[in-house]
Amino acid sequence: MSLVIATVKRDFILAARNPGEWANPLMFFLMVAALFPLAVDPDPTFLSKIAGGVIWVAALLATLLSLDSLYRADVEDGSLEQCLASGESMYAMVLGKALVHWCISGLPLTLVSPLLGLMLHLPDEAYIAMVLSLAVGTPILSLLGSVGAALTASLSSGGLLLTLLILPLYIPVLIFAASAVYHAGIGMAYNGQIAMLGAMLALAIALTPFAAAAALKLNLSR
Amino acid sequence: MWQWLKQLYHRMGSPKWFYEITERWIPWLAIVAGVTAVVGLVLGLLYAPADYQQGDSFRIIYIHVPAAILAQSAYMMMAVAGAVYLIWRMKMAAWVAKVIAPIGASFCLIALLTGAIWGKPTWGTWWVWDARLTSMLMLLFLYFGVMAIQQAMESEDGSYKAAAILALVGVVNIPIIKYSVEWWNTLHQPATLTLTEKPSMHPDMLWPLLIMLVSTYVLFALLVILRTRNEILWHERKRSWVKKMMES
Repeated sequence: MSLVIATVKRDFILAARNPGEWANPLMFFLMVAALFPLAVDPDPTFLSKIAGGVIWVAALLATLLSLDSLYRADVEDGSLEQCLASGESMYAMVLGKALVHWCISGLPLTLVSPLLGLMLHLPDEAYIAMVLSLAVGTPILSLLGSVGAALTASLSSGGLLLTLLILPLYIPVLIFAASAVYHAGIGMAYNGQIAMLGAMLALAIALTPFAAAAALKLNLSR
Repeated sequence: MWQWLKQLYHRMGSPKWFYEITERWIPWLAIVAGVTAVVGLVLGLLYAPADYQQGDSFRIIYIHVPAAILAQSAYMMMAVAGAVYLIWRMKMAAWVAKVIAPIGASFCLIALLTGAIWGKPTWGTWWVWDARLTSMLMLLFLYFGVMAIQQAMESEDGSYKAAAILALVGVVNIPIIKYSVEWWNTLHQPATLTLTEKPSMHPDMLWPLLIMLVSTYVLFALLVILRTRNEILWHERKRSWVKKMMES
């Protein structure tokens, strides 16, 4: 357990001393969402229809962007080797890393998303659904992404490959989350979709750390 | 029975035994696959009655459904073989998982393409963002991901393990595809074949489909065996039994 606390603490300190780590995905999130009105159509009625989907796609891409560095530094400076050699539970460590990753990527995205909603004319009824779906959905993205990041940590060109591996697994999250926001916007019930996201999150917390821990060991057996 | 299965499993772990035993299977598998394909296609394309709604365009079902079923079961086989490698470090399992990936991806692509060709006359469009179509597309992407990580890893052992982990994580998609037509009210028709219920098709239409299904599975087995034999020869090329065989 002490390993987990130490890892979490260290990762928070690293993020605080290197603001780019959490600020860049946030900037990316805002900029990508700004591209859609420019490229497709700035008409408010049209934008209010696609706003939920655009915000979710932007959040998904921003998360992917920040995943590449999740384990890379740990593999390169040998601290991962020390963690594995310590005999402590890798499951808990992976969970801790994913938690920190969510706190510096998913959580800020969730908090600034109402601003984007305003810019994209999101219907007033959809704000709560959007924030709720991001709050439940982005931890799933961090957890699934940690498997991909662990698999590609020791590859020199891991970034693009990581995207290829993880995007298909993100599609179900995207479908349910975007449909929750859309249904809220047209005044329908959306608790079913949020419940599905919650079920996915529970499953992801229980299972993905096993896969990520197994994948991390691959980086050492070279 | 259990003992025999266990023995077979342990023997399968020996590349030499696998290579020698499949030598005798190949002609039979090829004959069965060829004959059933000819019989199934002739019955399906010429003798089965036309559908009262879709006319003759429904006949593509004899390619589409077997390919789609196989694309999913091939993924499961790849994941199981990968798990066997992760747990028992059986090299044969890793080679089988490796050769299944491109074959499964091909069947998945065939299912998507024939589905598009079938969709044009019946739905009036090549592609819709329907739950089953989207989840089949996801399956294709998962196959591509497994193939991409196999290529990217430097060490051979690492590439097998990474592909196995990714394949196992991707298994969540299989029930989504399977039940997508039941959970969501979509354009794609419900499953044609179910193990538990009486088939909804006329027997004259059903038999060719079952024959084609057998044919596709046998073809798949044949392709996997042929490619696995290549892997065996390549990896065991420095062993004495391969050298002896090559000299004679």
